[in-house]
Amino acid sequence: MPHGTLRRRQLLASTSAVLLAGCSVRARTISDTRPWSAGAGEPPIAITPGPWVFFSPEEGATVDALVERLIPHDALSVSGREAGCSVFIDRQLAGAYGSSERLYMRPPFMAGTPMQGMQSALTPAAQYRQGLAALHAYCRVAYVGRLPHEMTAEQRDALLKGLESRQVKLDGADGHGFFELLLTNTMEGFFADPLYGGNQGFAGWKMIGFPGARYDYRDEIAHRNQVIDVATVGITGRPDWTRKGT
Amino acid sequence: MARKLPGVDAVIVGLGWTGAILAERLTAAGLKVVAIERGPWRDTATDFPPSYAPDELRYAIRQDLFLRPAQETVTFRNKTSETALPIRSFGSFLPGNGVGGAGTHWNGQTWRFLEKDFVVKSHVTERYGKSAIPEGMTIQDWGVTYADLEKSYDSFEWTAGVSGRAGNIAGTRQQGGNPFEGPRSRDFPLPPLELSHASSLFAKAARELGHSPFPCPAANASRAYTNPLGVTLGPCTYCGFCERFGCGNYSKGSPQTTILPVLMRRPNFEARTNAEVLKVLTDRSGTRATGVTYVDAQGEELEQPAELVLLCAYQFCNVRLMLLSGIGTPYDPAAGTGVVGRNYCYQTGAGAQLFFENTRMNPFIGSGALQQVIDDFNGDNFDHTGLGFIGGGSISCGQTNGRPILYRPTEPGSPRWGSAWKQATVAGYQNAASVGSQGSSYAYRDSYLDLDPTYTDRFGRPLLRMTFDWHDNEHKAAAYATQRCMEIGRAMGAKQVLARNLSEHYSIVPYQSTHTVGGAAMGADPKTSAVKRYLQSWDVPNVFAVGAHAFPQNHGYNPTGTVGALAYWAAEAITSQYLKSPGALVPT
Amino acid sequence: MRIILAIIAALLAAPAIAPPAIAASPSFEVVQRGQALAIAGDCVACHTVPGGTPFAGGRAIETPFGNVLTPNLTPDRETGIGDWSDEVFLRAMQTGIGHDGEHLYPAFPYPYYTHVGREDLLAIRSWLATLEPVRNVVARNEAVRNQLSFPFDIRLSMAAWNALFFENGLFRPMPSKSAEWNRGAYLVEGLGHCGACHTPKNSLGGDRTSATLQGGAIQDWFAPALGSDLRTGLGGWSVDDVVEYLRAGRNAKSAASGPMGEVVSYSTSHMPLADLQAIAVYLKDQPAVPRDAIPPLPASDAGMQAGRAIYLDNCAACHTATGAGIPRLFPTLSGSAVVQSPDPVTLARVVLIGAQAVATAEAPTGPAMPAFGWKLSDAQTASVLTYIRNAWGNVAPAVDAGTVASTRRHLAQRAGN
Repeated sequence: MPHGTLRRRQLLASTSAVLLAGCSVRARTISDTRPWSAGAGEPPIAITPGPWVFFSPEEGATVDALVERLIPHDALSVSGREAGCSVFIDRQLAGAYGSSERLYMRPPFMAGTPMQGMQSALTPAAQYRQGLAALHAYCRVAYVGRLPHEMTAEQRDALLKGLESRQVKLDGADGHGFFELLLTNTMEGFFADPLYGGNQGFAGWKMIGFPGARYDYRDEIAHRNQVIDVATVGITGRPDWTRKGT
Repeated sequence: MARKLPGVDAVIVGLGWTGAILAERLTAAGLKVVAIERGPWRDTATDFPPSYAPDELRYAIRQDLFLRPAQETVTFRNKTSETALPIRSFGSFLPGNGVGGAGTHWNGQTWRFLEKDFVVKSHVTERYGKSAIPEGMTIQDWGVTYADLEKSYDSFEWTAGVSGRAGNIAGTRQQGGNPFEGPRSRDFPLPPLELSHASSLFAKAARELGHSPFPCPAANASRAYTNPLGVTLGPCTYCGFCERFGCGNYSKGSPQTTILPVLMRRPNFEARTNAEVLKVLTDRSGTRATGVTYVDAQGEELEQPAELVLLCAYQFCNVRLMLLSGIGTPYDPAAGTGVVGRNYCYQTGAGAQLFFENTRMNPFIGSGALQQVIDDFNGDNFDHTGLGFIGGGSISCGQTNGRPILYRPTEPGSPRWGSAWKQATVAGYQNAASVGSQGSSYAYRDSYLDLDPTYTDRFGRPLLRMTFDWHDNEHKAAAYATQRCMEIGRAMGAKQVLARNLSEHYSIVPYQSTHTVGGAAMGADPKTSAVKRYLQSWDVPNVFAVGAHAFPQNHGYNPTGTVGALAYWAAEAITSQYLKSPGALVPT
Repeated sequence: MRIILAIIAALLAAPAIAPPAIAASPSFEVVQRGQALAIAGDCVACHTVPGGTPFAGGRAIETPFGNVLTPNLTPDRETGIGDWSDEVFLRAMQTGIGHDGEHLYPAFPYPYYTHVGREDLLAIRSWLATLEPVRNVVARNEAVRNQLSFPFDIRLSMAAWNALFFENGLFRPMPSKSAEWNRGAYLVEGLGHCGACHTPKNSLGGDRTSATLQGGAIQDWFAPALGSDLRTGLGGWSVDDVVEYLRAGRNAKSAASGPMGEVVSYSTSHMPLADLQAIAVYLKDQPAVPRDAIPPLPASDAGMQAGRAIYLDNCAACHTATGAGIPRLFPTLSGSAVVQSPDPVTLARVVLIGAQAVATAEAPTGPAMPAFGWKLSDAQTASVLTYIRNAWGNVAPAVDAGTVASTRRHLAQRAGN
């Protein structure tokens, strides 16, 4: 997309490839007016396709192999891998989410009750790094050196089920926690706007019939219990936005 | 040492609903007012325009508009014997931040509490006897009545542009409205919203069961509307990006769409953003506030002297500021004395998850307050004799959204991944609905707020500590409400009706409600309330604290309508009484 | 160009006028009237730096030939107009000749003010004299004040310009028209200087008088025609629509933003209703310009199809699927003159970088159109503009991607990127 005015954002995009977390942090005194300026706003930044930003090639291959089983290719949709879920996770981990930038991360870190929620000092990025390393170590033993991308679908399903049910225990990482995080992030990727890397071709949205980034159902609200026939659209568009022919 | 700025008539901490309302009223009365807001400036076209507002990941999941725990959070434990740990990532509730506050990303359900809610202790005692109030429960009357607040409720509803149908105008029952509501002086400014499929099934079923369904009062404009300040809202487009989102097309009542356009034009008003108030300053006697200190985004500490200090931040932030500033006596749960931190309450959720067959619920068509409601089991609208609990809840069925990262209901037993997960997800998306009860949360001696001994914020100030759990009365009330919801669900023709019970213990992990209330209650007795009926501090009369912290307990509705009413009520007391004779207000 | 330089050589600067004698102070009524007239002339908009002291000057006024910095109108004797006599003031207003006899640039709308009566101008002068004097040196430093390209950097060239385009002369009422009509004409052609934006300019920046009020391009905006043309002018507006627009900054169909927003904000929203009514009556009596009938693009056109998809997905949530908009909040696109104007620059800029409608005391909402330039390509922007210009009965030439690209480039330069 062509733009002359977005230099600062593009600079940030090239390093973190995530949406700009919000807001200018300058203190401001505002009176007599409501601030507005031409082109103002913090629009999202579409991820840049290309090699892994956060994952090593080996980590990326594993995540690819796992999201392909969490969301397999079948009659209902393409696979999580084909939909870009692993790219989504990679870019998320490289940004504000991966570093827990917005969370309260002050010590002391103490184990609490389940009702007290997450108390780990590990950021999502660290959880993936540790989890994947421990998972690779586990596979080298349990699957005689084969990593997930070298396994059959059935083997990967068994591995995932083992992590989910806590039957597979990893050395040096919380295997169950890693599975839960991976599942959460995979679903985020499959159902988030495609500009973040997952849900390519609106795979997730079309599977369930969610029309996407629409902002007006006044014409449809009264059509109760009827099929709503509107095209799926993302924040940055859909194929029909492009003029056919020349 | 803080740099001292020129003094002003009033400084307001927080520029959300209450801050905007008070600033508008006080500047209209001629006061020079400065609002200090810890978050950024936010407005429709620049911060959540339709061109990128419908972004579930950014706003709903990564919580772009909310208070970030890195800036402020609370520590939590279920009971005093546990060690409180910080809420590192908000889950159960999502406090607002920035100009507009939670008023930017609320749903717009704009309720008035029931007449008897304001006198709940007297009423329950009178009807069921003293023994109906369980040991340890510390409910109390509000110190104001519904009749006192009626005009203020009306001001808020007409400012925010509320769509609804009155059930009671000046004592006359109105067909199709809530038969249990207190008398209104006039109808809503706008007619009700449309119906979703699920809520139309609910309304029909509820009527068949002998209940009285009516449309939820919605600050989602059912058509274009110009409020008494001259600010115009557009019609709601049912886009399904309401709660957790700012409204991109000016159709949800918020400070931005109803008050700020007028307020920001006033030469005697100034907003300072990205500036966090550290403390309310008092003189040596401790009975007079002299202003506030705050830190701006560049890290400079500033002192803003003011004749009047108004605490208008989020509920727990107001309580914390009072504790940090020594305004009011901190609550001591062991002795049961003190008032600041006392009577922290929440909202008791219950309900039924429904699955239909061959239905098109089209959940993505929705708005924050698009629902039908019954009040037959709320408050004391039903006879509690023999039920073993007091309180109740509004029961509703609506459709706020079908955003798929969070909204993917599947029938119980469905796998969480793989091809079978897909089939269950596809089936659930169009066939699910839910009936929910939003129940009262009454106060207890052992549910309270105080300062945490261990955890601090980035300035080294102690975090607020929350000690809270469900009690037997709420478990029973929720179980009762669940049964009512399931009855309605079955009457709606659902194939499967599943109970959604209250969790055994309160957990901060799953989202439940952002209706955290209490902690600095209003009331008529300084032994049990931190602020007077006019929201004025008992101890420091030039401090007013306005917000949900002043609820002595929570009732079976969303709080914002009452929070807005309290802001108009306090503004009226300040402009008509306090300014004429500054000092402790006496009830009139 | 050669002609101009030749004329310049033949011209002399006008003689300087002696400093003022002390005059009796004007009555309160005169000062009050002067303020009202200064408001009608919108003096403050140009003679104030955004956020600066009103009337202290220094604002850069953009012209196609470079920027002109406005002078200080406060009564500071050294840097303002405190030492100007009434005669000097009148001469400046009516003939564009400055204090020292220099020719002022016609970014200063003296070609309009020349139509204003002496009493009115002196009333303005009286009111300006009551302002707090502000020392602002930049405004009177003629040499550095203006940043024009050759030959316009030579002030004397203005004499030549005047010879070509300036017609001195007081407003002459039309006896056949009502007093109200004539009042409107006096304001529109005089202090209101509406034609400064709404009349197209020739290559030297002079009004194309044959096309008075037929719409003009200014600072990457297009000021639409004010004639009665139904499609591109005020033909679809009633007198009341015009009055409401000028008074409140919006009406049921449209909203002012950009330069017109400033006009409303500083000028028309503060004018007496009778004057706005008079302006409206006069404007509504302007003839429609006959234009060749062109057929709308068919819905099957590829650009229209893409445009429709973009419109429904991006625009309909406010402007509605039928282009009707929401009265007094979201402008109506169907039948809109701005939408169908021959030059689509306003449309392109508003879609690319957004715009904020003016907020007034009567209509404080001031809704803003968000920027779409970050998500729509030049081709997509062109498609959606083509669509709104040819949907719902609208008719206007298609917009091509190159036009959008050039607007995008201009806007980026303007923003200093």
